[in-house]
Amino acid sequence: MNSQLLSLAIWVPILGAVPVFWIGSERRTLVRWLSLAVAVAGFLVTIPLYTDFDATLSGMQFVEQSPWITRFNAQYLLGIDGISMPFILLNSLITVLVVLAGWEVIEDKQAQYMGAFLIMSGLMNGIFSALDGVLFYVFFEASLIPMYIIIGAWGGPNRVYAAFKFFLYTLLGSLLMLVALIWLFLESGGSFNILDWHQLRLGMAPQILIFIAFLVSFAVKVPMWPVHTWLPDAHVEAPTGGSVVLAAIALKLGAYGFVRFSLPIVPDASHQLAPLIIALSLIAVIYIGFVALVQTDMKKLIAYSSISHMGFVTLGFFIFNQIGVEGALVQMISHGFVSAAMFLCVGVMYDRMHSRMIADYGGVVNTMPKFAALFVFFSMANSGLPATSGFVGEFMVILGAIKFNFWVGFAAAITLILGAAYTLWMVKRVVFGAVGNAHVAELKDIGSRELLVLGVLAVCVLAMGLYPFPFTEVMHASVDNLLKHVAVSKL
Amino acid sequence: MLNNFVMPDLYPAAPEIFLLLMSFVVLFVDLIFGATRRWMAAMLTVITLIGCAVITLATSDGQTTLTFSNMFVDDLLSDFLKLLTYLAVIMMLVYSRQYMADRGLDKGEFYLLVLYATLGMMVMISAANFLTMYLGLELMSLSLYGLVAIDRDSTRGTEAAMKYFVLGALASGLLLYGMSMIYGATGSLEIGGVAQVLYQGQAERPVLVFGLVFLVAGVAFKLGLVPFHMWIPDVYHGAPTAVTMFIGSAPKLAAFAMALRLLVYALFGLAVDWQKMLLIMAVLSIGLGNLAAIAQTNIKRMLAYSAISHMGYMVLGLMSGVVGGQVDAFTAVNAYSSALYYTVAYVMMSLGAFGMVLLLSRAGYDAENLEDFKGLNKRSPWFAAMMLIIMFSMAGIPFFIGFFAKFAVLLAAIKAGYTAVAVIAVMFSLIGAFYYLRVVKLMYFDTPVDSAPITAGIDLRVLLSLNALAVAAFGLFPDAVMMVCTTALMRSL
Repeated sequence: MNSQLLSLAIWVPILGAVPVFWIGSERRTLVRWLSLAVAVAGFLVTIPLYTDFDATLSGMQFVEQSPWITRFNAQYLLGIDGISMPFILLNSLITVLVVLAGWEVIEDKQAQYMGAFLIMSGLMNGIFSALDGVLFYVFFEASLIPMYIIIGAWGGPNRVYAAFKFFLYTLLGSLLMLVALIWLFLESGGSFNILDWHQLRLGMAPQILIFIAFLVSFAVKVPMWPVHTWLPDAHVEAPTGGSVVLAAIALKLGAYGFVRFSLPIVPDASHQLAPLIIALSLIAVIYIGFVALVQTDMKKLIAYSSISHMGFVTLGFFIFNQIGVEGALVQMISHGFVSAAMFLCVGVMYDRMHSRMIADYGGVVNTMPKFAALFVFFSMANSGLPATSGFVGEFMVILGAIKFNFWVGFAAAITLILGAAYTLWMVKRVVFGAVGNAHVAELKDIGSRELLVLGVLAVCVLAMGLYPFPFTEVMHASVDNLLKHVAVSKL
Repeated sequence: MLNNFVMPDLYPAAPEIFLLLMSFVVLFVDLIFGATRRWMAAMLTVITLIGCAVITLATSDGQTTLTFSNMFVDDLLSDFLKLLTYLAVIMMLVYSRQYMADRGLDKGEFYLLVLYATLGMMVMISAANFLTMYLGLELMSLSLYGLVAIDRDSTRGTEAAMKYFVLGALASGLLLYGMSMIYGATGSLEIGGVAQVLYQGQAERPVLVFGLVFLVAGVAFKLGLVPFHMWIPDVYHGAPTAVTMFIGSAPKLAAFAMALRLLVYALFGLAVDWQKMLLIMAVLSIGLGNLAAIAQTNIKRMLAYSAISHMGYMVLGLMSGVVGGQVDAFTAVNAYSSALYYTVAYVMMSLGAFGMVLLLSRAGYDAENLEDFKGLNKRSPWFAAMMLIIMFSMAGIPFFIGFFAKFAVLLAAIKAGYTAVAVIAVMFSLIGAFYYLRVVKLMYFDTPVDSAPITAGIDLRVLLSLNALAVAAFGLFPDAVMMVCTTALMRSL
């Protein structure tokens, strides 16, 4: 089956960005509507990826293949399985919401802002669908450019520092991966096909080295403790849309990399070094949870909560059982919705008050009841309340972890307390209580546009929490296949 | 004696002869019309180069032909490099037209020196004999010394020319000395002859290696590799920007040809020795170039240090041809063509980067400080985007040609077993990314200090846009250029 759907998912937003740039920021109405049209078109072309997806197959679907760089035997090879497919939809949906979120807020160079997000969206889809090492790397690294500009050009007061830190940190990781990719190319006798690499037999020593090269790259992206320090800076300084894309999609790239590269290519090293990853994940879950507790800046708090949640994801991958891996994937999607919503909520307040400090708020519920309801709902999801999507993933991972080792599961379960503590305490201080100051008293409730954006996410969070089957169904066969593959030694 | 004289086959050298003849025409035209119609010399120069390109294309048959008693070679590689040289020189002339005119530097001498420098490069590219190589090198270098000092009232330019001349003369001396040693050891000055003797293993190794050291030093000077790089920052900084652009583009192709002809064609038998020397210089160049570039506030100096590091990366390809003393044609072609590809990519990016400096300059003002790029996105979003492409390409970020160039040389180096060197190289490219990012930061995150409108002519604007878009397009579709590089090398080895 040769379909062009994946190419459309990648190139519709990227090429759509060209007219957006061309129109320029003077004609703002046109720019907004055109950006929205492109984003919606980009989302619509990804829908058949779900509806036509055959959940019984574990292999790659919607495969596209054509020669690209003959000298390195690198191909334009795209394809998705049950693991990558949900993220393409998630990404395309989030892009629509980000365009809507930047509708009125961004006043400076709006065309470039929208265009950067559209390009970003296409590149992200490219990362999730690339099955060629070079192609993957190219998308992976090219996506740094729009994010660098987004943080640096529309960010907060310390944006330049944050943009450089984000770019250089991530580049550091990916450069080592480049060396590993080239090494694999030579070792496999001249193939950049990731699926060929899955079958490649490797000795233990090279496996360990490759695992470490990948680990550095993906750990920075996830981000795992102790290479997480770029994330709070980037989140705090980035504009709302930037934070949303960063949290909802960009962080998933690292975790996705583990499933697509580390686990299947070097399974023995993965097993060997799993205790290390589990330890790092638990540190992220618990220690970063405590760090989140003491934050005074809402964005920083959510950033740390993201790191803590992503710790769950890496934990789920490296306990090597079906429920753990699926739970981690569900957690990734759920975190995509919830963290996006949380950052959008903070964005809503920031647009009105120009402050992210918890201390500047108090009693928001009195002036913004609709908003407060949604904010409380998303906070509940963030702390893993049953019937929200946040619960499903965490529960599955904890279940898997207990199967693996009781104490690991026990430690991971601490997050249920910590997550509730830092999120709900923030909500208490921001939303409830008496009206904190005169500025809060003047707040206007959210308009229909903001309501739409948050409403869509609320529906997703609730649907996924109540009935996660459509999400787990598609990934089941692929995860099964992955685990069978990982269980076989390559030595 | 005369009876022995055989008229050499002039056909393979037709472009060189044409250029030489046309240079006289330019000289006369400038003499007669120079005062009133300056554009005529410029136009004729461009026509000459286009004519050379036509002749090169027409006489290119893919065969390797030696002429002038085996002193001159015409092969696919030389045709390819010459065509690129013409293109780079023509682009430089278009870029610099207004800049030179604004400063009253568009005199006939400028065009003549450019033509003679081009002729020198062509001779270097086609050299099949040490002496031919030396002749070409001197013709190019002497013309370049003159060009650096073309603004004779500029003390900085004169100083730069002096430095360039003194150091260049020293390097030529080293090169010549190395050549004489190798001649002493092998009894031949011909590139093919030297290779033959080495292959038969008849030459005395200590003498050869002794000569090789000097030869490599001479080549490294022309490429600007550490520790023979001292001239680069001062000359790049001191010369008028148009001349800097010239020095930073086409001569790199000629220097690559020189390195390839001398080291690979002639001294392939000593590859194990010179690869070690190149390895050290490559790592030093990449390290020093990237570190020193961070400290620069002048964009010409920054690009000078960046040139040093780029040549270091290029050499990574050049030194990866022979693995463990085993000669394998496939590996060798792969490695050398990656170096060639890197050079081509670098020339393209370098032209674009200096083109940006020329774009922002105007009569009486040279936009050579990094500050001048502040807020460019507000002044001209289009050209800010063009500069963004060039900067990210130089930093080696995909989807631009610079990434695939780095990718190709890294692949060659890792294939040759230099994995540790490759890791060092990518780590330094991380440091390098910082100063390219800084330019992007100035353009996009800062507010302009200079809000004067961009006055550059339409020719410069169009060419610069095409140049930057080519950097992007050849990054999206890198196959074509890579294949041409590989074919040119394969058919000429």
